[in-house]
Amino acid sequence: MRFTLNGRTVSLDVVGTRRLLDALREDLHLTGTKEGCGEGECGACSVLIDGEVVDSCLIAVGQVEGREVTTVEGLADGGRLTALQQAFIEHGAAQCGICTPGMLLAAHVLVQQSRQLTADDVREGLAGNLCRCTGYTKIIDAVLSCTK
Amino acid sequence: MHEVTFLCPKDLQDAVRLYRTTPGCRPLAGGTDLMVMLHARTLRPQPRAVLDIWSLAELKGVRRHSGMLEIGAAESYTGIIRSREAHRHVPALVAAARTIGAAQIQNRGTLGGNLANASPAGDTLPILLAYDAVVVTDRRSIPIDQFFTGYRKTALQPDELITAVRFPQGRDVVFRKVGTRAAQAISKVMMAVSRKPARIAIGSVAEVPLRARGAEAALERGDVDGAIAAVADDIRPIDDVRSTADYRRTVTQNVLRELLSVG
Repeated sequence: MRFTLNGRTVSLDVVGTRRLLDALREDLHLTGTKEGCGEGECGACSVLIDGEVVDSCLIAVGQVEGREVTTVEGLADGGRLTALQQAFIEHGAAQCGICTPGMLLAAHVLVQQSRQLTADDVREGLAGNLCRCTGYTKIIDAVLSCTK
Repeated sequence: MHEVTFLCPKDLQDAVRLYRTTPGCRPLAGGTDLMVMLHARTLRPQPRAVLDIWSLAELKGVRRHSGMLEIGAAESYTGIIRSREAHRHVPALVAAARTIGAAQIQNRGTLGGNLANASPAGDTLPILLAYDAVVVTDRRSIPIDQFFTGYRKTALQPDELITAVRFPQGRDVVFRKVGTRAAQAISKVMMAVSRKPARIAIGSVAEVPLRARGAEAALERGDVDGAIAAVADDIRPIDDVRSTADYRRTVTQNVLRELLSVG
């Protein structure tokens, strides 16, 4: 099977029921995507499929045939971070880091969709991404700083 | 340990054929329930194959169909939330879809999946009951109040595929979901109510998503207090990790009182 991963075509010879999460981490060696709960509750494994945020633990890799998958490794352009990634650094929006890749991808969709966001919009948009360290405040501040 | 085969039908006709001819096959739409169980190997019996119906065009979309609103079985909650037709004709379904999980789940969860999974806590199911929705399959239409036959059991034949859900137009439905947290929480009580005709549908209070028939009869007579009293006997709640039977009974009565005082 073939799909586009971070702008490049990849082909894989694995059973289609394998979780996209496992294909990314173990077959394609992109370990930026993290496994948290494995049940679609925590959002740590969030990736984008055709620009929409999904939990990669809930996707069978066969379902991304012909589609465009973006992981956290695909956000930066070469060594150049996105404004959102830079804002996470500047606002101290990451602590242990496990939620950060998924948080960045969910937030990426938010800032792409709308330039005008309230704190409540950001809370709702990131409700599927749990963080046990930051208390969310600095994450929300970082996202809001990219929407003004 | 054998691997589960992944079947990728090219269209609905192909999917129906594969589903009928492949033993031990489970349909896979957005995967929000099935992928968890597949990975944890908690499905009984263990499926030998999954049939990927997520991308089938025939199962997508929101449209009018002979005076009803029809939503494809594999249309995502996000697709329903974005549909103007859905906003106009089934606003309570749209509002409920916005409370399911969060963006990641709304992008993948489907009505067909919620129905087939038939969890008593499935959040769209009381809404479908209050609207008198019709479950359309590859061979027939099933009224929603005949769909749930037992704990996680449905009226579907083993090789029968849900293709769409139809809603009558012009009905006012209100709902209230009670959970630990607004997002990503499984409901303790989920209730949807229509005044005319009287429909009181409740999730997480019995082994199936339930119509509260005694309360509905009282409401039909205009007896609101009678409905609130009767609903406590209509439900069959249990103690579990999320809540207790006593709590659920009290909250069910309180939520019904609240919903009936609104309109």
